[in-house]
Amino acid sequence: MVEEKSITGFEEAPPPLSEWRRFRRVFFSRGVVVFGLIVLVLLLLVAVFAPWIAPYDPYEMGVGKSLENPNAQHWLGTDIIGRDTLSRLIYGSRTALMVGFISVGIAGIFGIPLGIIAGYLGGFTNSIIMRAMDALLCFPMLILALVLAAVLGGGIQNVIIALSVATLPGYARVACGVTLSIRENDYILSGQAMGSSDKRIMLKHILPNAFPPLIVLMTMQLGALILAEAGLSFIGIGIEPPGAAWGAMVNTGRNYLRTNPELAFAPCLAIMLVVFAFNMVGDGLRDALDPRLRGLI
Amino acid sequence: MTTYIIRRLIQAVFVLILVTLMVFFVMRLLPGDPIVIYVAQTAQLEAMPPEMIDQLRQQFGLDKPLHIQYINWIGNIFQGDFGESIFYHEKVGKLMLEKFPVTLHIGIVAMVLGAVLGLAAGLLAAIRRGKWLDKIITPLTYIGITIPIFMLAILLIYSLGLKLSWLPITGYTSPFEDFWLSTRQLIMPVICLAVFSLAANARQMRSSMLEVIAQDYIRTAWAKGLSERVVVVKHAMKNSLIPVITLIGLGVGMVFGGSVIIETIFAIPGVGRLMVSSIFGQDYVVVQAITFVMAVIVLLVNLIVDISYGWLDPRIRYG
Repeated sequence: MVEEKSITGFEEAPPPLSEWRRFRRVFFSRGVVVFGLIVLVLLLLVAVFAPWIAPYDPYEMGVGKSLENPNAQHWLGTDIIGRDTLSRLIYGSRTALMVGFISVGIAGIFGIPLGIIAGYLGGFTNSIIMRAMDALLCFPMLILALVLAAVLGGGIQNVIIALSVATLPGYARVACGVTLSIRENDYILSGQAMGSSDKRIMLKHILPNAFPPLIVLMTMQLGALILAEAGLSFIGIGIEPPGAAWGAMVNTGRNYLRTNPELAFAPCLAIMLVVFAFNMVGDGLRDALDPRLRGLI
Repeated sequence: MTTYIIRRLIQAVFVLILVTLMVFFVMRLLPGDPIVIYVAQTAQLEAMPPEMIDQLRQQFGLDKPLHIQYINWIGNIFQGDFGESIFYHEKVGKLMLEKFPVTLHIGIVAMVLGAVLGLAAGLLAAIRRGKWLDKIITPLTYIGITIPIFMLAILLIYSLGLKLSWLPITGYTSPFEDFWLSTRQLIMPVICLAVFSLAANARQMRSSMLEVIAQDYIRTAWAKGLSERVVVVKHAMKNSLIPVITLIGLGVGMVFGGSVIIETIFAIPGVGRLMVSSIFGQDYVVVQAITFVMAVIVLLVNLIVDISYGWLDPRIRYG
């Protein structure tokens, strides 16, 4: 008599890797992703501990001579009014990260529910919400941010509002698309059959399942937002002097390209490194959370 | 196909109405009275009696209720009247007719370059996956999508303009006046605008090519003994183009956004620079008109992209 191996009569499959272990295995398998993560952690530390790390006061004029080239005292030289470039670069990371994280947060808080509601309720609600998002998407991101920042007036909080509005439709679109496919699952139907309210289904069933693509999108958007913030402050909208923003540093630095190229290139490199890091970590998250999103986000 | 086009057209009209509403009401949210701004820029505000301000308000139709103002604004746009610039004392329509061709000239050249070179690079990287060509192209595309547009501009100005003195670092000349000078002035701005879309297109093309190459019908094509050229061009490329087209459509918005920065750096008298100077000069009639026209162009291009998408892929048409 054959000994029964399992109820179904088949050899049991090896226990699946736990979600978390699979995630770690894929996420850390690529060198660039790990590099991006290290850069981001370092950047976060630099931004948080800026007052202790920065060698000089970033706002104090005349800590060095005007337009010093890099030397032992001032590793990245000084600007026209003798401020230490390295210190300003370090404080600039605070601006970049703050604008990035807060804008992503605001855009997500408004965009994701809009998308889920549109996708779940469908029909007329869907048309209204998604056409409004389409209309918003007709405005190029930088143009929309520029106009809103102009209407609201400069200042970092208005830049954050402007960038949040400009990126909101992206979240709504992705959330709506994911909701449309999640809605077809049987567990949604059973939830409805048990008499769960729409709100409960959206919050308890759809939102958690829609999360992986959204978290990937948010990470990728952080890079794009930091680029956009740099673009705005480069044009002269956003943070007001003497505040330190990388884009603004590039804009003033470009007048001294012949004598002090590092004034413009140092903040440029900082922006590039950060954007690259966010893109790589986003890539890694996508591959680890849901490889099917490849090419979509 | 006709039903699909009609459906997309109706959607587009609806979106267009929403766009006009957004542009109109955002500009009405402006802090400050547009008449006061107008007066403050043209004459001395103190010297102006309140009756005259009221008269001006009437003249510009700003005393009417908001929805009437909106309808008037739309009506005027249909007649090609975008209002008058406070700063330039000129019709905004005329101003835009001067500036838009400059931006479109640079933008279209950049978009075509970005599309053609991007597709070619992505294609090559995909069919030579893991070989040296792929190992050069793929990291370059990473740099392409992360490099800030102004950094590229400054790098080019620094190297080609200042160090080597090969190219003029500012200005714009119409190609009809002096083609050679125009082209030389165009090189750096076009590179700056093209690089992002080139890199993005290449990445998209590479990944969608790789997906298509793994399909059964490609193996069949190889098995039939077709040449590499036929397999790649006729079978693989055609099918992997579909997602790339969407990306090319999105490129229009990128070009307009980028033109703001590029035209500032290279002192190009296009619509991006007009936008920036109008924002700083509080010339909101101009800002409103430019924003509106850009949004309409983006809307139209995306409509065309959507329709061609449905034409290329029947699954979308009937979906």
